[in-house]
Amino acid sequence: MIDYSSLISDKAKTIKTSGIRKFFDIVSTMEDAISLGVGEPDFQTPWQVRRAGIDSLQQGKTFYTSNWGLVDLRKEIAKYAWENYHLEYDYHKEIIVTVGGSEAIDNALRSFVSEGDEVLIPEPSFVCYTPLAIMAGGKPVPLKTRMEDGFKLTAETLKQAITPKTKVLIMPFPNNPTGAIMTREELEKIAAVLRGTNIVVISDEIYCELTYGGKKHVCFAELPGMRERTIVINGFSKSYAMTGWRLGWVMAPKEMLQPLVKIHQFGIMSAPTVSQFAGIEAMRTGKQDIKYMREQYDMRRRFMYQRLQEIGMPCFEPEGAFYIFPSIQNYMEDDEAFCDQLLRKKKVAVVPGSAFGESGRGHVRISYSYSMMHLETAMERIEEFIQEL
Amino acid sequence: MHRILQLLEQDARITPARIAKMLGMSEQQVNDSIRKYERDNVILGYKAVIDWSKIKRDNVTALIEVRVRPQTGAGFDELAQRIYNHKQVVDMYLMSGSFDFTIIVNGSSLQEVSRFVSENLAPMENIVSTSTHFVLKAYKNAGVDFNPVDEREDFRDD
Repeated sequence: MIDYSSLISDKAKTIKTSGIRKFFDIVSTMEDAISLGVGEPDFQTPWQVRRAGIDSLQQGKTFYTSNWGLVDLRKEIAKYAWENYHLEYDYHKEIIVTVGGSEAIDNALRSFVSEGDEVLIPEPSFVCYTPLAIMAGGKPVPLKTRMEDGFKLTAETLKQAITPKTKVLIMPFPNNPTGAIMTREELEKIAAVLRGTNIVVISDEIYCELTYGGKKHVCFAELPGMRERTIVINGFSKSYAMTGWRLGWVMAPKEMLQPLVKIHQFGIMSAPTVSQFAGIEAMRTGKQDIKYMREQYDMRRRFMYQRLQEIGMPCFEPEGAFYIFPSIQNYMEDDEAFCDQLLRKKKVAVVPGSAFGESGRGHVRISYSYSMMHLETAMERIEEFIQEL
Repeated sequence: MHRILQLLEQDARITPARIAKMLGMSEQQVNDSIRKYERDNVILGYKAVIDWSKIKRDNVTALIEVRVRPQTGAGFDELAQRIYNHKQVVDMYLMSGSFDFTIIVNGSSLQEVSRFVSENLAPMENIVSTSTHFVLKAYKNAGVDFNPVDEREDFRDD
């Protein structure tokens, strides 16, 4: 018999599996259980976008694309950056198309992190940064954000964490799981700390189209002096409801993009061709679809915030993404136990905040990417659960 | 704007309490707005969208193109009223192009609809011609897909 554990690399052994999925295995076995756990749009990809994918298949466009991605798609991405952020990126040398935002994050970390380099990761945040930083040989350093600060990264927290070994800062805003966003003024304070340093910023802006209350997303590279050090990561999954197409992109100064292109070239070749054709259509004609979905999320967001207020769960009013992140500390210490009991007693699945880092402990992540009917029923059950505690 | 109307158009059974939360208004404000819309005949009714083919009930729908000779003075409207007053007519539109009215007629059988055309509609004064098209299958009505896709399928059964 092979001792399999002896075969697995040390790094792969260190990383833990995602805490998000833990409860969903139980959900699928429970009748009448409802989940508020999924982190993807409940909308289908807009029809004209699906159509464009189908057309490309019918026309036999089933080959690899350039490693960089289709030129037309990169042109659309460059146009998007110009129209939304007034940022110029050369589509020949400063944009690549990736397999979702996830490949981009992995690739960016591997491009800049050497063994022992410190990677600053604001928390709570999406589950992938820490394991991917470890796989890249880095040392993840969590930067705590707090509900009192609206879960924003503060300059003080950043300053205190910087050491001579700091290589990369991840900027995960709009944030999953907290729904926090950062305004231009708030980002400027972060930029001010970074200006005298050589720290690389990996800005994960996958939820950039989902900001509410008229607050438009600010790209980190827009801030004076930041473009030259920032890897901007974005994608189609959340904006255009295209999670299954696995399509994202990276914008960075050409010197910084070079290592990413090499890794992408050898590890991936090119993003799925059918998805890239669909992506072109999405960027050309999807504005109205984005607007519609944003409005729907926004109404649900207000509904959820109001309901949590009624129930009396302390909660930060989210301004982006499609999550709300209430505190459960009035009722229970342990967020995992809370989720476990909520599922067993009332058959509602939410994700423990600690899955998103230590500073998420004592909270739960509720996704409102579900129909109103679904949300209403779930909130009634959560209310009953709290009352019975 | 008119967000309340948009929400009611999507789901006529949505409660004022839910609308209030979704739009960040008070329930009172929502109720007042709805009452005003009803008074002003902006909201004309609340109906269910039904796929009659799913239950055993005979139902035939026809779309009829009608060409007319408009009357001096009264124009199309008076003629239209004489047509849409028939209870069989469920929708009626004045059209641009090669004919004048589109009317949608419901009946329990082909015969019934044909009788309506030949006995009520065609002999009417100032009707020039009619052209009747029977509906074979409903795919979508009032924005509702007749083969609804369930909420997102979770393929991630790992």
